[in-house]
Amino acid sequence: MEYTFTKEERDSIEAICAKYPERMAATLPILWFAQDKFGHVDPDVQKLVAEVLGMPEAHVHGVASFYTQYYKKPMGKYVLDVCTCLSCHISGGYDMLHHLENKLGIKEGETTPDGMFSIQSVECLGACGYAPMMQITNDVFVNHLTPEKCDKVIDSLRAGKLPEFEAITMPQHDKEVS
Amino acid sequence: MSIDWKSYKPLLIPQIKGLQNLDVYEQHGGYGALKKVLAEKSGAWTTDNVINEVKNSGLRGRGGAGFNTGLKWSFMPKPDGGPRYIAANGDESEPGTFKDRQIFEYNPHLFIEGSIIAAYAMSVETVYVYIRGEYRSWINFMRKAVDDAYKKGYLGKNILGSGINVDMVVHSGAGAYICGEESSLMESLEGKRGYPRIKPPFPAQRGLWGRPTTINNIESLANVPLIINNGADWYKNIGAPTHPGPILYGISGHVNKPGVYEYPSGMLITDLIYNVAGGIRNGKKLKALIPGGSSTPILRADQIDGIGMDSDSLRTAGSMLGTAGMVIMDEDTDIVDVLWRISHFYHHESCGQCTPCREGTGWLEKILHKINHGDGEMRDLDLLLDLCTQMEGRTVCALADAAAWPVRYTITRFRDEFEARCKNTVYALS
Repeated sequence: MEYTFTKEERDSIEAICAKYPERMAATLPILWFAQDKFGHVDPDVQKLVAEVLGMPEAHVHGVASFYTQYYKKPMGKYVLDVCTCLSCHISGGYDMLHHLENKLGIKEGETTPDGMFSIQSVECLGACGYAPMMQITNDVFVNHLTPEKCDKVIDSLRAGKLPEFEAITMPQHDKEVS
Repeated sequence: MSIDWKSYKPLLIPQIKGLQNLDVYEQHGGYGALKKVLAEKSGAWTTDNVINEVKNSGLRGRGGAGFNTGLKWSFMPKPDGGPRYIAANGDESEPGTFKDRQIFEYNPHLFIEGSIIAAYAMSVETVYVYIRGEYRSWINFMRKAVDDAYKKGYLGKNILGSGINVDMVVHSGAGAYICGEESSLMESLEGKRGYPRIKPPFPAQRGLWGRPTTINNIESLANVPLIINNGADWYKNIGAPTHPGPILYGISGHVNKPGVYEYPSGMLITDLIYNVAGGIRNGKKLKALIPGGSSTPILRADQIDGIGMDSDSLRTAGSMLGTAGMVIMDEDTDIVDVLWRISHFYHHESCGQCTPCREGTGWLEKILHKINHGDGEMRDLDLLLDLCTQMEGRTVCALADAAAWPVRYTITRFRDEFEARCKNTVYALS
């Protein structure tokens, strides 16, 4: 498939490039920009990114394939990144992963046939105190997961609604208030 | 040594509603340290004086290595008219670590103010803030804070009429643990795969785009306005004398009240677990803890009495402060399973540049997987320790060491559990 950027998008890309002394430095930001627009950065999108950056495709492919958050192929509309790393692991991260797998009838790394959900087991997302947790499509964090909370999130996403951002303050602040 | 923590009021993240907004931050004295420094830039606060004050405060980097921040700044060569950079490290990717996001969310301007002072002190005009890509929400918080600071003239050209210029760019990572390593972070900022660089040359000599660069952790930079406002002598007296200052402790795992807590350095581990974080949940007993992120050596419950969360005290106990991201494990925890999961992480995150790490992390995981699934043999344990020896200190960066240490110390400190798992397997009986 051929992908293109509009004139306005190309202007935004130039503005991003201007923040760095060399165009190559904009590789990660422009891959993000492309993924936000197209939903993934498959080889055809990588080709477009290489073109706007004026970089070889091999460079863009090398970068895209090094970083886990870039989707190298089209994914489900919602990607459920379930953390199973250290703190989440000892707090039931794999139980949440398996619960979601059973609920959606797919294994991690797969996408539901209707294209709605993909599931991935991922490394530490930096929410260790709020384990187990998952991130939805590289965006909002859902903390303190339970099977019931997982079910609610799925229902909400099926209705097209992303969960809200959960602000978590320092527990000692709660204590000072009470 | 006893730390007065009960009366401690947080300094990095004080309890002030709306502090993340610039106007509230200003109402509470925000950007006062910057104004003070810029007003006296040819008097009390020359660039050298700022560096010396930070050096004398004893502030040590909060990213894991614990190097004196002011001393690191002093390694920057004299300005030659060309560009120089600060890269603020918000990659925060060490499992168990989730503290810097608290600063992005609740007190971003403290960090921005500290960064501008650091930039002034090192004659830097561009600060790149590298934040892990997973923190999209927090990247947005930071971008808003940076925009607000520009609007008020704290960033940009001729800051507050001082003639000093500082630009700040928030840069998103895209999922790579290794990019928290400073030279890998620079490669990533330059738009490449995050392969660590061989040192020397050190970043102060040849950093971003070959120019002098200093990489500081987000929390380290957030401490700078406190030091400028209150002085090095005041700062030195907070917490442990050889590792002073407030610390954001990230407590996760099997405690009743996990979360980020701000207290003086040197807090007793037992106070943090039992008095601050509410003790082990479900009335269980403590089995083990990892004090500062997954790469720091695990401690058994019987190793923590009287041990404080500072580098010297933890060294005595046989571990390290790291990022002060504490992972607490109760008596039901399967240590073999935990170590397998840690090794899986390092195997996944090895960048693949150096053979001992690329292959070694894979073998560590493979052998631990085998043991964890009841297919282990006694000799596997010594094979694992031998692999660690083959990895430690033999690679460009410390990821191989970070992968080997948990294996070495977990097997050494919980050998009986590993041996029990390797007995009575089909291999052991054959």
